[in-house]
Amino acid sequence: MTAIVDYGVGNLFSLQSSLRFLGLEAEVTCAAERLRAAERIILPGVGAFGDARAKLDATGLVPVLLEEAERKPLLGICLGMQLLFDRSFEYGEHPGLGLVPGEVAFLGEDGGAVKVPHMGWNRLEIVRDDPLFKYFQNGAYVYYVHSFYARNCRESTLGTSRYGNLAVTGAVRRGNVWGTQFHPEKSGEAGLRLLRAFAEL
Amino acid sequence: MLAKRIIPCLDVRDGRVVKGTNFQGLRDMADPVELARFYNGSGADELVFYDITASAEGRGLFTDILRRVASEIFIPLTVGGGIRTLEDFGRVLKCGADKVSVNSGAIADPSIIAAAARRYGDQCVVLSMDVKRVDGKFRLFAKGGREDTGIDAMEWAVRGVEDGAGEIVLNSIDTDGVKNGFDLEMLDALAARVKVPVVASGGAGNREHFAELFTHPGVDAGLAASIFHSKQVDIKDLKRFLQGRGVEMRL
Repeated sequence: MTAIVDYGVGNLFSLQSSLRFLGLEAEVTCAAERLRAAERIILPGVGAFGDARAKLDATGLVPVLLEEAERKPLLGICLGMQLLFDRSFEYGEHPGLGLVPGEVAFLGEDGGAVKVPHMGWNRLEIVRDDPLFKYFQNGAYVYYVHSFYARNCRESTLGTSRYGNLAVTGAVRRGNVWGTQFHPEKSGEAGLRLLRAFAEL
Repeated sequence: MLAKRIIPCLDVRDGRVVKGTNFQGLRDMADPVELARFYNGSGADELVFYDITASAEGRGLFTDILRRVASEIFIPLTVGGGIRTLEDFGRVLKCGADKVSVNSGAIADPSIIAAAARRYGDQCVVLSMDVKRVDGKFRLFAKGGREDTGIDAMEWAVRGVEDGAGEIVLNSIDTDGVKNGFDLEMLDALAARVKVPVVASGGAGNREHFAELFTHPGVDAGLAASIFHSKQVDIKDLKRFLQGRGVEMRL
């Protein structure tokens, strides 16, 4: 069973539907024992970092996530990926979970003359091969919606997408912890392939 | 870099897809779930559903349809029509919508944009505008294009983005349903004023119109309804054609 962490942010309907579509058992939950019982965990998220972090703290699940990340695959999606890093500079400075080294900063400052949010379909170029890409074709389009991005995380970066002056961090991994800035559950066939591979990790 | 997006728009009333010309004389077209499947298979980059139902039963039918679409189609879904309150945002987001498009609701209560952006994030608030030239100025219209609000459309867009709208859909009433091409002058005027993605709507009649549209760098996506529903233009063919013309497309 894949546990989808419910901490009051994001469209969990599509994420759960996409896993079910693949024939996988998925449970939206905010119960610590369900995260412990799960074979793998997905940390979703949309909205503002500080707000999401506060909501996640309020569930009391942070220590559970940190513990479970030691023993089973954890995938952060979009803001859920950003939460994996050390800190974010979204409206102030907020601490992340520290599971992946790096920080989260505003796209508009580093990207040059680009539109923010970075919204739409962009190619994911694989920079380091990984079991997550078992069914994924290098350069396939994935769907992004975000205004902040992860940087100073080269050692963990698996894939990037070119936007303005930037190679935007698209996918990361450190140990059992994976993250995608894009939404696999909204990236059509390419996204489903990635979720299938995650389910086999 | 981002691919340009091709977006079919499904106007749904009482569980069926309809499309009008100049917003009048609506014609029944198809089953929305069926049509959504078809468009997903032919490479649509996103789907927009407008709920043009007035009744409560119709509204229930609409959320059922949305849920069914979101259970099997995994591309971005935008929902609009009848969005007036934060509860309306919540209702459609829970059924699988990724973005919510607000139009008349924002004219009636402009504070809805900031409130929704704060609660659900900028990325899910789409400001949809019906705009028409009046005395040589771009004027914002309400109620499906029937009522002149007297508001300057470009000022309205700038303010909407400041309040947190993450994308703008610009529907030109002057070109809508005429199939003579998108309103490039109006789109350029908007793109010069805002830094968020701009979706062009109203006027698509053939493939050339899209090729012309995407020579305008401020435009991120083209939205159309009847030319896709009538199969006059096939999305897969269109995207191959545009790629051949040097437009980045997700194929």
